[in-house]
Amino acid sequence: MTQSTNDSMILSRKLADELFAKVLRYSRADETEAAISGSSYALTRFANNTIHQNVAEEDLNLSVRVAHGQRTARASTNRLDDDSIRAACEAAFELASLQPSDPELLPMAGPQTYGAVSRYDSETVALSPKTRAEMVGKVIERSRKDHLTAAGIFSSGATASAIYNSRGLGAYHEESVSEFSVTMLGESSSGWAKKTGPCWQALEIEALADRAARKALESREPREVPPGKYTVILEPSAVMDLLGFLLLDFGGLSVHEKRSCLTGRVKQKVFGDNVRIYDDVHHPSQSGPPFDGEGVPRQRVTLVENGVVANLVYSRQTARKMDASPTGHGFPLPNEYGEAPLNLVMEGGPHSREDLIRSTPQGLLVTRLWYIREVDPYRKILTGMTRDGTFWIENGEVKYGVKNFRFNQSIIDMLGQLDMLGQPERAAGEESIEMVVPPLKVRDFNFSSLTKF
Amino acid sequence: MKDWAQNALDTALARGATYADVRVMDIRQRYLSTKNGHPGQVRDSRSLGLGVRVIADGGWGFASTQDMSRASLDSAAAQAVEIARASALCKIRDARLVPENKAVAHWESVCRIDPFTVPVSACLDLLLRTDSEIRKVEGITLAEAALDFRHIDQLFLSSEGSEIRQTKTQTGAGCVATSFAGSEIHRRSYPNSFGGQYQNKGYELVEELDLPGHAGQIAEEAAMLHRCDQCPTGVKEVILGSSQLGLQIHESIGHPIELDRVLGDEANFAGMSFLTLEKLRALRYASSIVNVVADATVSHGPGLGTFAYDDEGVEAQCVPVIQQGLFVGYLTSRESAAAVGQVRSGGAMRAEAWNRIPIIRMTNVSLLPGKGRLDDLIADTDDGIYMETNRSWSIDDRRYNFQFGTEIGWEIKHGRKARMLKNPSYGGITTEFWNSCDAICGPDEWVLWGTPNCGKGQPMQTMGTGHGASPARFRKIQVGIAYQ
Repeated sequence: MTQSTNDSMILSRKLADELFAKVLRYSRADETEAAISGSSYALTRFANNTIHQNVAEEDLNLSVRVAHGQRTARASTNRLDDDSIRAACEAAFELASLQPSDPELLPMAGPQTYGAVSRYDSETVALSPKTRAEMVGKVIERSRKDHLTAAGIFSSGATASAIYNSRGLGAYHEESVSEFSVTMLGESSSGWAKKTGPCWQALEIEALADRAARKALESREPREVPPGKYTVILEPSAVMDLLGFLLLDFGGLSVHEKRSCLTGRVKQKVFGDNVRIYDDVHHPSQSGPPFDGEGVPRQRVTLVENGVVANLVYSRQTARKMDASPTGHGFPLPNEYGEAPLNLVMEGGPHSREDLIRSTPQGLLVTRLWYIREVDPYRKILTGMTRDGTFWIENGEVKYGVKNFRFNQSIIDMLGQLDMLGQPERAAGEESIEMVVPPLKVRDFNFSSLTKF
Repeated sequence: MKDWAQNALDTALARGATYADVRVMDIRQRYLSTKNGHPGQVRDSRSLGLGVRVIADGGWGFASTQDMSRASLDSAAAQAVEIARASALCKIRDARLVPENKAVAHWESVCRIDPFTVPVSACLDLLLRTDSEIRKVEGITLAEAALDFRHIDQLFLSSEGSEIRQTKTQTGAGCVATSFAGSEIHRRSYPNSFGGQYQNKGYELVEELDLPGHAGQIAEEAAMLHRCDQCPTGVKEVILGSSQLGLQIHESIGHPIELDRVLGDEANFAGMSFLTLEKLRALRYASSIVNVVADATVSHGPGLGTFAYDDEGVEAQCVPVIQQGLFVGYLTSRESAAAVGQVRSGGAMRAEAWNRIPIIRMTNVSLLPGKGRLDDLIADTDDGIYMETNRSWSIDDRRYNFQFGTEIGWEIKHGRKARMLKNPSYGGITTEFWNSCDAICGPDEWVLWGTPNCGKGQPMQTMGTGHGASPARFRKIQVGIAYQ
């Protein structure tokens, strides 16, 4: 990772300091907090083997929260002249003044100490549209080699976020971002691959294009397999998209308000012995700032230990309510949701994806899931579709592509049916935030119907 | 706004753009919510910026900025042209648009009571009264209510001479009662789930909805769901309530008719569509009583898909989609219309904000009403299930296989609503489902619902869409499959 020169960022630490100084000058509330975010981002989108959309944006946003007489409110603006900053401070003050007092509101947090994270690559931040187009050109070339059609995106840029308050708290984080995803389309099949991270070179774009192309080729002329319960190997993207539906359930407030599927299940064995999940913003494959929406340092929290729900995460206010310690996972205040773990890591085993396949007499291999929705909030039944590369496995080998399934599966049950776990990796999907998860071999995964392709 | 837009437009053309359009948007939002007797979110936001979209060397480019200094506007316009030239490195053919007349217009949506003038204390008082009504009911573990106001002021300028100013006020309101007991969580929402009802209206929508007046009933139902029977599994007649049918239209008609999906532009993310080009005017999409339009005009009502001009400067239109069951029309843009040989865009291009390009979005995709009241339809049904208020929704990436769950259902026996059912769900294949429609209720039951959270595009854009529907009956539908 290379360090930012900082002055080149749309939001430097210096600019953030200056903006907060103005906020403090204009605010007349008992306590004042400023959350400042900036981004400079570009995305090249291609489909039908051509670039059809190609965009760039820059934005800076200032969000002021005030607390005054046990009342709090927030006002945000992307106008950063003095009058607009003053207006935002006044708007927050007015909004706070007009509401009933909240006896549970805590004073803002004092100064904090944060562990360092390094997630900035200056080459990624400076990537030109020409370089992105040239890389897309190589991907299109790969698709043409096998008479496929490519669609996807290649994006790059930087984000920065800062939070300050009038009790002396100050935190700043900058991060470069890049993402490549590709769908290779054949006459009767498709394949997909995706990676994200702070360094564009680590995306290995040509390897991803090749993986997607091979999936499309190997799933040509998909056959129909009847719906039912099958042993299924879920690739990391599919695992991640399912686990994402548990994030809010691990929030203390969610359990306190009895809207979590873990209500009544904390400290109990809910999942299989081989399930271990923790949240750790400092994991080398994780992303995001090392502080939460109130500026509290994010701590490593063990969520599931050998199948037992070991801990929840807590914002300051929830921790007070539930007689626990804050873990640094709170959302910006005021909010209804409390907190959630956002840097999930699921431990795996020593096995490769190929080991999982080789050990399977009969089953299905799933590349990716799509349009996952919660059917039942307490049993945590989820429904959704397979997509872009679903295969039949027989005698330890991938045999042929199959038509896509709809599933209805309790994720709680699923995490009690893990026969094998592969090596964890940073996964990216489209239904949740990035996580570090292994491929999983699951028995009796419930596919309830088929679609037509 | 005009000066900012003109500066960016002039710079883009000077830098070599052969086509350019500029949108300036000033978006103001207020969101207020309460939970279990306390304020939840109380926040205001404002976002103002400019986006410039160009064609140069036959490729597309777009850049945006929130800095309205002359230097920044020039820089954004120049960046858009540079990006377009990079796009041209991978082009197969030049970008081409169907012609459109230039328009100079000013339009404002109807707003009787500006929601930003209603005191926040009065709004919170209404929400807390709603909350209180919910929590009066034994068994309720969570009461939530929210109001969402948005004011969007935008100017569109194009190199073809169009200059269009539009302002819209949008209001959303709703409440939810949640009950946890034993091993079940049940929710009931009013007037709809996932935020309630949204329309292009002012605070008058909040007054019309009367949240406190309906809160008690949904709370009673949420608590009662613990004591009622599970929705059976099997093949049944299903009557869908108006809001659930609105979402069914959204997912299984609105998305498949987006021509960018059909042409593959969304293949990597939102997906494609089973409605390939040879199906136009050939596919029997639905039974002969089904008529669907994509209507952006004011005459359709204050839907979230109502406007005067789309974000390419094309005037709002009413596009027939299904006529007497036959598939007859797509949602189109100037570029996609050109790609399939149509002479004019249907005017469906919209952008979430100043920092996003317009893409094809649903306008108000509505099922036209049939005849009679819901009570008459139930009386005409011997053995079926009435399902109301969406709880879950999912459909494959070409829009064939769908499954929906609703918050509540009632068994219908011999023409009467009988026992209440929990966890209702149904599923099927889009065209089989719509061809099984044998009754649609009349105009008195027709509601123009707002879906404020439709996601599409990369980077993702969230857009509001409208869906008018009255309750309708579908024969031989698979029910209960989510719990099988």
